[in-house]
Amino acid sequence: MNLSLKIWRQANAQDPGHFEAYEATSVSHEMSFLEMLDVVNEGLILSGKDPIVFEHDCREGICGSCGFVINGRPHGAWQGTTVCQLHMRAFKDGDHLIIEPWRAAAFPVVKDLMVDRSALDRIIQAGGFIDAPTGSASDANAILVPKEKSELAFDAAACIGCGACVAACPNAAAMLFTAAKISHLGLLPQGQPRRSRRVLDMVGRMDAEGFGGCTNHGECEGACPKRIRMHFIAGMNRDLLTASLWRPRLEGPLHTLAEA
Amino acid sequence: MSVQTTTDAATASRLNAKIPSGPIDQKWSRHKFDLKLVNPANRRKYTILCVGTGLAGASGAAALGELGFNVRCYTYNDSARRAHSIAAQGGINAAKNYRNDGDSVWRLFYDTVKGGDFRAREANVYRLAELSVRIIDQCVAQGVPFARDYGGLLDTRSFGGAQLSRTFYARGQTGQQLLLGAYQALQRQVAAGTVSVNTHTEMLDVIVVDGRARGIVTRNLRTGKIESHFGEAVVLCTGGYGNAFYLSTNAKNCNTTAIWRAHKRGAFFGNPCYTQIHPTCIPVSGEYQSKLTLMSESLRNDGRVWIPKRKGDARAPHEIPEDERDYYLERKYPNFGNLAPRDIASRAAKEVCDEGRGVGSTGLGVYLDFRDSIQRLGEQVIRERYGNLFEMYERITGEDGYKVPMRIYPAVHYTMGGLWVDYNLESTIPGLFVGGEANFSDHGANRLGASALMQGLADGYFILSATLPDYIARTKLDKVSADHPEVRRVEAEVRDRVARLLAVKGKRTVDSFHRELGLLMWNYCGMARNEAGLTTALRRIPELREEFWRNVRVVDGSDSVNQSLEKAGRVADFLELAELICVDALHRRESCGGHFREESQTEDHEARRDDQDFCYVAGWEHTGDLGTPALHREPLVFENIALSERSYK
Repeated sequence: MNLSLKIWRQANAQDPGHFEAYEATSVSHEMSFLEMLDVVNEGLILSGKDPIVFEHDCREGICGSCGFVINGRPHGAWQGTTVCQLHMRAFKDGDHLIIEPWRAAAFPVVKDLMVDRSALDRIIQAGGFIDAPTGSASDANAILVPKEKSELAFDAAACIGCGACVAACPNAAAMLFTAAKISHLGLLPQGQPRRSRRVLDMVGRMDAEGFGGCTNHGECEGACPKRIRMHFIAGMNRDLLTASLWRPRLEGPLHTLAEA
Repeated sequence: MSVQTTTDAATASRLNAKIPSGPIDQKWSRHKFDLKLVNPANRRKYTILCVGTGLAGASGAAALGELGFNVRCYTYNDSARRAHSIAAQGGINAAKNYRNDGDSVWRLFYDTVKGGDFRAREANVYRLAELSVRIIDQCVAQGVPFARDYGGLLDTRSFGGAQLSRTFYARGQTGQQLLLGAYQALQRQVAAGTVSVNTHTEMLDVIVVDGRARGIVTRNLRTGKIESHFGEAVVLCTGGYGNAFYLSTNAKNCNTTAIWRAHKRGAFFGNPCYTQIHPTCIPVSGEYQSKLTLMSESLRNDGRVWIPKRKGDARAPHEIPEDERDYYLERKYPNFGNLAPRDIASRAAKEVCDEGRGVGSTGLGVYLDFRDSIQRLGEQVIRERYGNLFEMYERITGEDGYKVPMRIYPAVHYTMGGLWVDYNLESTIPGLFVGGEANFSDHGANRLGASALMQGLADGYFILSATLPDYIARTKLDKVSADHPEVRRVEAEVRDRVARLLAVKGKRTVDSFHRELGLLMWNYCGMARNEAGLTTALRRIPELREEFWRNVRVVDGSDSVNQSLEKAGRVADFLELAELICVDALHRRESCGGHFREESQTEDHEARRDDQDFCYVAGWEHTGDLGTPALHREPLVFENIALSERSYK
């Protein structure tokens, strides 16, 4: 099949950027979406043009490197699928595709479809961990975790940090990402000691990074390639409210919290 | 091709594994007592450069940061969380014996030595088995959501090469959850100020000053800036080199550059020909194929592998009656059945496909059938166990694995070879430590399933964090500055190489060279190897390398994101490493584990080891000429497990 592509090209964060049109010809149904772009890029390189920059790595839907918007939908039309796992069976001959990067103030464009997602790392640094220094652990089966809770924690822990939730949200909120980590750790007995500080610090960092707030559109859940549910955001808000009562005792710069 | 061989006397001095004395079950604890410590107040004065943020790198950097050292991490990805450890599916072994099924440290040690076809160091493997128990404790404490039963206790499952259930797992995403645990521990140290993570930063060379690793040269992938970084020690946890075959289950960016550059600066390369071909991957569909996808070995717990008995049988699988199916693994290996180790299962698949009995449009495939398990347990149970894998299979192939058998074929998955390291994980360049898949250490000639995660975390959390401080405590080092002549020289070489790649302006893309190299390797140095094939490969690889440097087309521009330039540098290194892999494969005229030499097989086509002549680790030294590396032998001594034929029948 043959496809018409309109792809966002932007040399760097300062460049205003623009769409450019490309034709993808003789595309096989069995190709992955990124393989289709590989073929387009090989053609561009041979004709002396700049290939389209996009991030990708594992191509198995788990590393979270890849991601862009296809016809308005982050990662394309298949539910619960990263763009590297989206296959060309999803399209038909003659389709027009508009491909653009994640758009969010907290995700500045680096080049073309590649954006800077380091803000997500900084949210984790603010408290997305359990304090378990190496060598300090007791026997693994000394901690009992009810299966249901463990499974629920896993549902949240499945987040791959791709940023699709931010791209899908009209407010460019990172609440699904942040809530997923807070829920994963907060549902487990090991995560209790830091639970209040964690939610205050992570939400504080999220706001400071310039992400918006949740107004219950639910677009994030629809776009999430790991099908992480919005109810984790409700859980995070509850934790935040509870923790806020403790705030006077917990306030302080990040490094004192980490060392305390 | 010729191979230089050093005398035994010279060998002994160059490859000292430094295995501690004493009974095997006390070696590590005694050794730990003998290791020197660094005063807590002094630790922050020492800088450790850690390249790679996968399981070994992230866990090692986090553990060293917790101790108080000044750690700087480097990754070419945009976040430490993206390293390819994340894609490991099945699980992690540990000798917990929670199942009361007869497991012990000793048995895990035994299974791993046997699984590696007696080509690993006993002392290393014992330590790995011993530490496996603490890894699970550590990960649970970090909040890794392992599978649990209704009593809230940890669940386990079986993996290839073992007759008990010792594999801990987190759905089909064990690697992801373990890596996120290590990543979070790492980010905790970033917040504490002990660790910095440099993302989008690719290491392009090692700086060796006065015979010791003192720094690295990196290229910032966003700005193109080439920079030097200095420290008291360098740790490489940069993964394996399976992408030398182009198509593999590795992530697209996985490469050999870090370890290959270190090799060219003096680090010996151990057993490069030991590559693992995983039996259960989704078959190739077309020429545009960019990578292959693994279907976890855990599927072989419930899936049965078969092909039609008759050659060229084109019927749909459900039309083939039971007595016309050949469940060849169950037939050939009744004791282990579908859970035969990877190297054996892969070769068996190749053998039946070579006979013309393969399935699918290419004839390169076998069935992995869940029909019987679904009948026995119900679809729901299978869905709970492997749901995400079935989903992935359907996305890629468009077929429903619950209704029709999956089609699978072997693919390159893991490299047991890597930089040679001693018991302390130190390479032949003092101060250069190597962890995880990047080193050659613990898996011998074949890695058992669920052992890679175990090794990565053992190296990082527990071994490097003990042996690296010892090196720092024992070694008096002066500061190295940016104007040191050696630093300037290495930096200039890196700049020159980048410039040369850009200057070729040829007619073939980097990928087209990579594909051609991969096909050569797959055909001549893949699941079965022989002298004629390897000789052909050794002739053609240098030709291809020569054409690459004459005719490659790299996109212009070195001062911003240039993915074509990144790939070109990596492929240039694969083109050199590939030759060493073939040299090693040609010199090892025995079959062992993943290295199958057709000249050395038993009557029923099993691998025939030659303990008389080849019971050693091959450590290759770069001599300046790629075609003639120097071989150094580290003899392998088996004091606790008798060398015996490796049988799974």
